Amino acid sequence: MSQNTLFDKVWDLHKVADLPGGSSQVFIGLHLIHEVTSPQAFGALKDKNLKVKFPSRTIATVDHIVPTDNQSRPFKDNLAEQMIEALENNCKKHKIKFFNIGSGSQGIVHVVAPELGLTQPGMTIACGDSHTSTHGAFGSIAFGIGTSQVRDVLASQTLAMNKLKVRQIWCKNKLSDGVFAKDLVLHIINKLGVKAGVGYAYEFSGPAIHLLSMEERMTICNMSIEGGARCGYVNPDKITFNYIKERQFAPKNENWLKAVTWWESLASEKDAIYDDVVSIDASKVEPTVTWGITPGQSIGVSQKIPELNELSADDQFIAGEAYEYMGLNPGQAIKNTPIDVCFIGSCTNGRISDLRVAAEIVQNHKVSPNVKAFVVPGSEKVAKAAIEEGLDKIFKDAGFQWREPGCSMCLAMNPDKLTGNQVSASSSNRNFKGRQGSPSGRTLLMSPAMVAAAAIEGKVSDVREFIKK
Amino acid sequence: MKEEFQPPKGKINKVSGNCISLVGDDIDTDRIIPARFLKCVDFESLGDAVFEDDRKDLKGKHPFDLKSNQNAVILLVNSNFGCGSSREHAPQALMRWGIKAIIGESFAEIFYSNCIAIGIPCFTLAKKDIKPLQVRAESGSLFFEIDIKNVIAIEGSTKHKLGLKESSRNMFLSGEWDATSTLLSNIKLIESKLDHLPYINLNK
Repeated sequence: MSQNTLFDKVWDLHKVADLPGGSSQVFIGLHLIHEVTSPQAFGALKDKNLKVKFPSRTIATVDHIVPTDNQSRPFKDNLAEQMIEALENNCKKHKIKFFNIGSGSQGIVHVVAPELGLTQPGMTIACGDSHTSTHGAFGSIAFGIGTSQVRDVLASQTLAMNKLKVRQIWCKNKLSDGVFAKDLVLHIINKLGVKAGVGYAYEFSGPAIHLLSMEERMTICNMSIEGGARCGYVNPDKITFNYIKERQFAPKNENWLKAVTWWESLASEKDAIYDDVVSIDASKVEPTVTWGITPGQSIGVSQKIPELNELSADDQFIAGEAYEYMGLNPGQAIKNTPIDVCFIGSCTNGRISDLRVAAEIVQNHKVSPNVKAFVVPGSEKVAKAAIEEGLDKIFKDAGFQWREPGCSMCLAMNPDKLTGNQVSASSSNRNFKGRQGSPSGRTLLMSPAMVAAAAIEGKVSDVREFIKK
Repeated sequence: MKEEFQPPKGKINKVSGNCISLVGDDIDTDRIIPARFLKCVDFESLGDAVFEDDRKDLKGKHPFDLKSNQNAVILLVNSNFGCGSSREHAPQALMRWGIKAIIGESFAEIFYSNCIAIGIPCFTLAKKDIKPLQVRAESGSLFFEIDIKNVIAIEGSTKHKLGLKESSRNMFLSGEWDATSTLLSNIKLIESKLDHLPYINLNK
């Protein structure tokens, strides 16, 4: 049993009661909702004749279904229009703050809450979306829930849960040039496996983590769920506090220093006890690319797709499925794999720093004629900042499409989809079969810099060679 | 024709019926219900769309399309079933197709808690034990009566010991898997918790 970790402290602070069945009732400090997983929850409240208990603890935005080419209303897709209308009506009826399109703050829920200063250390944060783990970057305990649990949070601001175990993932040394947070987290998931995190919260610590910016830490925590961990976090430090300071919902005036003092006390103690500890050498990580149909099936860009006999018995079945689905052969190099579509965006890598890195690679180059490339800023604020810096122009001049904020082709619940068996180089988080909207579409996950390089070359390329050019 | 869907209610002590086998590790919720079917404001019509893309791909040979499986209620799966997206639409689609319980090597965390929250017990069984059951379910009919209190699947005179989290077992037996009213019974404690959280006051 873990002791004195940040997870233990935040869990204990938010525990309301022991429930008769043996689980715990836990208070949720911040509840985020969007249009896909909330309508049925509001419906269930109505059926049970219940109200939203603390409307000010829930914040809404719209992201999954929004088109990124033309956001004028009504949306062309009638079902998408119905969903946004349902959210608008539910927020109005229950007095929930809603950052709608055009508000200046709409965007992917996991981009929006941190940039508004809503996400803070020491909170419990839940949202009907598995990438809620993103918010753990601030030293909060943040996790995805399903719609029935959204209902419970709306009704009671609490959830019935079992306490997770805590695994420390100690990342020593530092990332090399041309290697990014995305590469590190893909590497970690590859080393530990896609189900190793079941039952655990992941604490990402060590020098390689604390050198990272908040946006890079968000990329790491975002993909905890891809390693099976419902929740991942980083202990808060000065980088965390500097990021939050003066944001719209950050503590103000005399409360700021009080908040920082409290936040500092939350970090895992030196003598903390973990249920498990693993060590990763960040200096050994290469630019990393997935070759299969789970986020764990990745290799360094200079490596070859593993042969069956190089994999553990447990990984062989899914590897066989992956070779066939992806049309890639064991022993084949991943470098030079032809790419049809390049997507930069998503809650994993759709923030301003991601766009800056990609723009730097793209500048003075042209997108390969065979590639459709597009950039989808994670939020209206990201889009505004990018335009002010002239990043949109760099992308457009190179032949990228510049879009409006939304989840876009990460999950293709909107018009942005692969067609046929297209291969995408994607800065998103999941390479599952059919994930990007075509039942036979194929996804290679990589960092935004690697996607930018792939767009220019029309094939998987090593971004480190690009930086040297 | 299948019977009209009735969501589970109250105490759940047993699940009885035929088993359906679905072989494969890391079957994610995008495969269980592709994202395009999430464009809905209720769960009603999801049952028909369960595994839509996989089923199309197998042209009638997917386990969920085989005639012999149409009355099955217990799903046999392998490792890390339900990984990926938190969409409750996935267990809702399975449930509306007819699934009332799942036995697998392991389950993804959010999928598991969604199943509990809608009244689908998920039991664990070691790989070596589940494989032969899957083979038998595929080659003929396998009928189980699952006794949740004792966490066993009864097959005639044979008893298969299953795994189930103690808290989940208790919730099914008491009916508290439908958690809202239990949570609201502590409303005074919830209000007091809100008053004592440091960040609530710091953010005023």
